[in-house]
Amino acid sequence: MDPKALIARRVAQEIEPNTLVNLGIGIPTLVSDYLDEDMGVFFQAENGAVGMGHRPPEGMSDRHLTDAGGRFVSFVPGASTIDSAFSFGLIRGGHLDLTVLGALQVDEAGHLANWTIPGQYTPGMGGAMDLVTGAKKVIVAMQHRAKGEAKILRECTLPLTSQRRVDLIVTELGVFKPEDDGLHLIERAPNVTLEMILAMTEARLIHAADVPEMHVGC
Amino acid sequence: MHLAISLHDAVDLIPDGASVMLSGFMGVGVPDGIVHALAEAGKKDLTLISNDTARDTSGPGPLFAAHCVKKLICSHMGLNTIVQAQYASGELEVELVPQGTLVERIRAAGVGLGGILTPTGVGTLVAEGKQIIEVDGKEYLLELPLSADFALIAARSCDYVGNLSYMLTATNFNPIMALAGRTVICEPEEIVPVGVIPPDAVKTPGVLVDHVIRSTT
Repeated sequence: MDPKALIARRVAQEIEPNTLVNLGIGIPTLVSDYLDEDMGVFFQAENGAVGMGHRPPEGMSDRHLTDAGGRFVSFVPGASTIDSAFSFGLIRGGHLDLTVLGALQVDEAGHLANWTIPGQYTPGMGGAMDLVTGAKKVIVAMQHRAKGEAKILRECTLPLTSQRRVDLIVTELGVFKPEDDGLHLIERAPNVTLEMILAMTEARLIHAADVPEMHVGC
Repeated sequence: MHLAISLHDAVDLIPDGASVMLSGFMGVGVPDGIVHALAEAGKKDLTLISNDTARDTSGPGPLFAAHCVKKLICSHMGLNTIVQAQYASGELEVELVPQGTLVERIRAAGVGLGGILTPTGVGTLVAEGKQIIEVDGKEYLLELPLSADFALIAARSCDYVGNLSYMLTATNFNPIMALAGRTVICEPEEIVPVGVIPPDAVKTPGVLVDHVIRSTT
C-alpha cells in the first residue's frame, strides 16, 4: 500500500463519532477519505469553517470557500462559517477534539517541531502552535524518515511547536505512543519487522517482545 | 471625506512607512484591487500585518514583488518564494506570530484590551522576551495589542452606510481587522442599498468603516 494511504487509514481509526476534528496540510488531509460520512464528524479549518467537505464537483468551486491550504472545498449539511478569532477560540478553548498534524521532527518526550528549519526554511507556525497547545488530542501523521534521516529522535534539534506532549505518532512503519517513561512502539505496519523500525528510528523505543501488527482493514 | 472613494484616492491616503493590516487567508478574502494599486504606486517601507503571504502573485504577494514591505508580521510565509528570498537576504524584517495569537492581538487592540494571556507559545521561541503570567497554576504568555494606521479589508456586500457582510471562508480576519485599523478601508464585491443586508447578517457595522472603494460599474 502507498505509505501515505497507510498512515491516513490508520489515523482514521482514531477518530471518534460526533467529534470536531482539524486536519493539517499534507498526509493529514487524506484521513477524511477513510471515514464513513455518517459518523457525524465535523472538520474544522483554521480559516473559519466547521463542516468542511470534499472537493466540489469539477467546475463548481467557489473562491470564497477554501480549506486552510487555500484549496477549494465544499460544505457538509450543518456546516457553519466563523471568523478567525472564533476559529482559534474553538482551538484554544478546548472545543476541538482532535488535530492531526505533520511534523519535521518528534522526540521521545512527545515534543513536536514543525514550523522552522533555522537558516534554511522558515514557513512559520501558522495555526500549529495553537492546535498543538489547545486540541484535546494531538496525532502526528508523517513519513518515518525524510531524505534518509530519522525524524523520530531522542530530542528534537529544531525549535519546538509546543511544550505539550503529543498523544500518538503514526508513520508508515508503526504507531508510537509517548508516555511518562518514554516512547512506546505499540504497533508495526504490515510486512515491517521490529528490527527495521529500530534501525530507522533514532529515539529509544519501549516495546513488547512481539509487537502487534497494525490493522488497517485492507 | 465621503464614505465612497476611488481606488486612486484610497491609495493616496496611505503614505510610505505606514502600518497596514491586510485581511485574508491564503489569498481568500483579500482586497485585491487595493493590493495591486499599492504595488503599482510603488509604496515604500510599509509594515504589513497579515495572516499569511499566500503565493507570489496572490493575496499580499504583489506588495513583496514590488518591494513595498519593510517589515512583515504574519503567522505563515512558507508558500511565497519572494518573501522567502527577501527574508533570507535580510531585506525583509519578519515577526512570526502564532495565528491564534495574531488574531487575538489584533482583536485586543480593536476592543480596548491591554493584551491577552495565551498558553500558545509557552516553552517555545515565541516566548522569548515575553512576560509569563501564572493563573490558577497554569502559565500564559502576555501578548500585547496590535493596531495599525490602516486596515484594508474585503467584504461580500457593503450598503450605503458601510455595513458589511462576508461570505463563507472569506470572512477570516476581516471583521477583526475592521476593529483595529485607525482608518478602515473596505473593498466590497458589491454595493447595495441599505436594508439589503439584514441586520442579523451585518458582521461589521458601518460605523467602523471609514472609506469604501467606489463601485466602478
